[in-house]
Amino acid sequence: MNSGRRHITKAFPWRRSLWIAALLTPALIVMVLFVLWPLLSAFRLAFYEFNGLQPTGFIGFENFRKVLFEQPYSGWTWNAFKHNIIAFVALMVFENGTAFLLAYALLKALPGHRIHQVIVFLPVVLSAVIVGFLWKLFLHPLFGLVNQTLALVGIGAIPWLGNEHTALGSILFANVWHWLGFPTLVLLAGMQRVGKEVIEAARLDGAGDYVLMTRIIWPLIAPSVTIVTILTFIGSFNWFEIPYVMAGLTGSPGGATDVLGLYFYRTAFGSTTTGIQDFGQGSALAVMMFIIVAGVTAIALRFLRRREIEL
Amino acid sequence: MSKRRIGLAVATASFAWGLAAGVAHATDISFWTWRQEDKAAYNELFADFTKENPDIHVKFESFPDENYPTIVSTALAAGKGGDVIHTHAYGWLEQFVKAGYFEPQDLKTVPSLANQPADALIAGTYRADKKVYSLPFASQTLGLFINKDVFAKAGLTPPTTWDEFITVSKALKEKGIYPLANGMGTSWFNEMFVAIFTNPFLGQDFVTDLTSGKTTFKDPRYVAALGKLLELRDYMPDGFEGIDYDTAGQLFISGKAAMLAGGSFDIASYRSQNPSINMDFVAPPVAKAGDVPQVTKFFDGGYAVNAKSANKEAALKLVNWMGTKEFGDKFSALLGNISPIKGVVIKDELLSHVAKLNETAMPHINVVYFRFEKPTGSELLQGDITKMMSGSITPDQLAADLTDGLAKWYKPFQGK
Repeated sequence: MNSGRRHITKAFPWRRSLWIAALLTPALIVMVLFVLWPLLSAFRLAFYEFNGLQPTGFIGFENFRKVLFEQPYSGWTWNAFKHNIIAFVALMVFENGTAFLLAYALLKALPGHRIHQVIVFLPVVLSAVIVGFLWKLFLHPLFGLVNQTLALVGIGAIPWLGNEHTALGSILFANVWHWLGFPTLVLLAGMQRVGKEVIEAARLDGAGDYVLMTRIIWPLIAPSVTIVTILTFIGSFNWFEIPYVMAGLTGSPGGATDVLGLYFYRTAFGSTTTGIQDFGQGSALAVMMFIIVAGVTAIALRFLRRREIEL
Repeated sequence: MSKRRIGLAVATASFAWGLAAGVAHATDISFWTWRQEDKAAYNELFADFTKENPDIHVKFESFPDENYPTIVSTALAAGKGGDVIHTHAYGWLEQFVKAGYFEPQDLKTVPSLANQPADALIAGTYRADKKVYSLPFASQTLGLFINKDVFAKAGLTPPTTWDEFITVSKALKEKGIYPLANGMGTSWFNEMFVAIFTNPFLGQDFVTDLTSGKTTFKDPRYVAALGKLLELRDYMPDGFEGIDYDTAGQLFISGKAAMLAGGSFDIASYRSQNPSINMDFVAPPVAKAGDVPQVTKFFDGGYAVNAKSANKEAALKLVNWMGTKEFGDKFSALLGNISPIKGVVIKDELLSHVAKLNETAMPHINVVYFRFEKPTGSELLQGDITKMMSGSITPDQLAADLTDGLAKWYKPFQGK
């Protein structure tokens, strides 16, 4: 059978190529239409001035200069960028850190671990819009579950989403609650691939939980950590839904929850209540976001892959 | 087949042909809007229009408010979109006109433009060519809602001056009632909140000075008016920084709060949510007794014709009809909005009172004058006001940010 196929392939090499091309074409069309073309369009529009909703002329890097160096746009850009960085660091520490500990606890297969596994993963299947709305209600200053509970111990109404010092943290908390299950599952899968004999050998050598986690499991799940880190980075810089639902398009209060995704959206598409659309500046922001995400991801992947080998 | 039967068949076929031809000649046009909640009223209005114009049928299509600009601009860019488009006014409209998406309207194509007052027409006029592109549909008034039952129960009289406002608010607070329902949790309303309470302190002279380039927002009058807002914090609900406009509305209509800074656009909604509510809509407190009461007024938007519409004639016919007194009377009655059309009779007592307040109204400064270029006054003010109310910046800083930001495109502010 195999030799027959090989014979056909040798006799009609073009047939195989044609077959591969036929298989690839639908995916290629989708990619070109919905990924490559919009991407190239954004690149092109970033170099144009818009007067109204139509491009009026090529202006080189002017849109980039404005969003990076001209106030008030540059202030808004760096403010949003700073919040994306904070989101990445916070999610790495709190979401992925907790996920690692949870995964280790689930690995130990303590009684009831299966139901806990389901509970931890359950919020992941919910839509980000639902999660955002739910937490907005929970954090409501007057009627929210959180403040009602705090009121029982005499703590007054805290405007979680209205105070510039607590708003970003509150939104990050909702995000952690939503996504915690995903890194937990990825890390758990990584831990389950570590041979039982390795863990038993370490135990026989007298390794406790701390040593087992840091010296055995952590290095051996490096590929899972790479995936989780990269996805957290991409997620942090494309963060939009939960801030949008919980803090609105302006990243309220006073830009305290603004992130590049929100800033891009309201710059490119405007808002009924703030004003006008600027596809040029919006495209410049989108291009920068793409460069940051693609560039850092590529560098981080190289670094993390090398680290996997070293470990 | 007898001759009679053949004759009958021919007559029936001719009748059917005639019917089919009639159907084929009917024009279907669409009306795009963000006002989903007004569907029933508009369908009733469009039915009236079709009665007068049996060859034109209008289909109501609505889209979410927040994404409306995106949906409309992308559809129009692709040469699609509704035949008649419900637009916002001023700067919002201008970006669409600049792109050539809307058909100009004049007295030839839309004779009912003659029924519009001058200040309403400005809202639908493109500044560069002075042509009207959107027939104004409603004015909105910003002021103070009063829950009369709450005041009566507390034995208090609604305030008219700032000092009275503070005295009454203290008394209400002592009785466990939130004096003012508002919070700072809704960016778009925060800007209106500023206009409501600062306008009575600014007056028309300030607007004239501002728009003629004599002064900027750094003017001590504006800074002092902003300072007044800080005094309100003591009378707003606990955690006011996080309370949104919807919650404020609920606090007001449920009687937990006595006053609410709000817009006339919510009168109908509050009545439907609490039909037994006994409320009034008054001018916000003035600086001193005897000052002219000043609500804030702006025109919400209008009706524009898609320049790429295949049914332009029918669309213009509809827009023209939407500028008639017949439409305005029914529109105001059904939707509780104040139609700008001259001679419109507003039967509702409260709405009629609001229309009276409009006679001495101040313009919503940011919306009317500073939403034409980027950065808009709205995005600058909405970004800073929550910071000012939480105490992290001062009124001076807000005024400077607003002026310096607008100076990017508003020449009279440059170098000041």
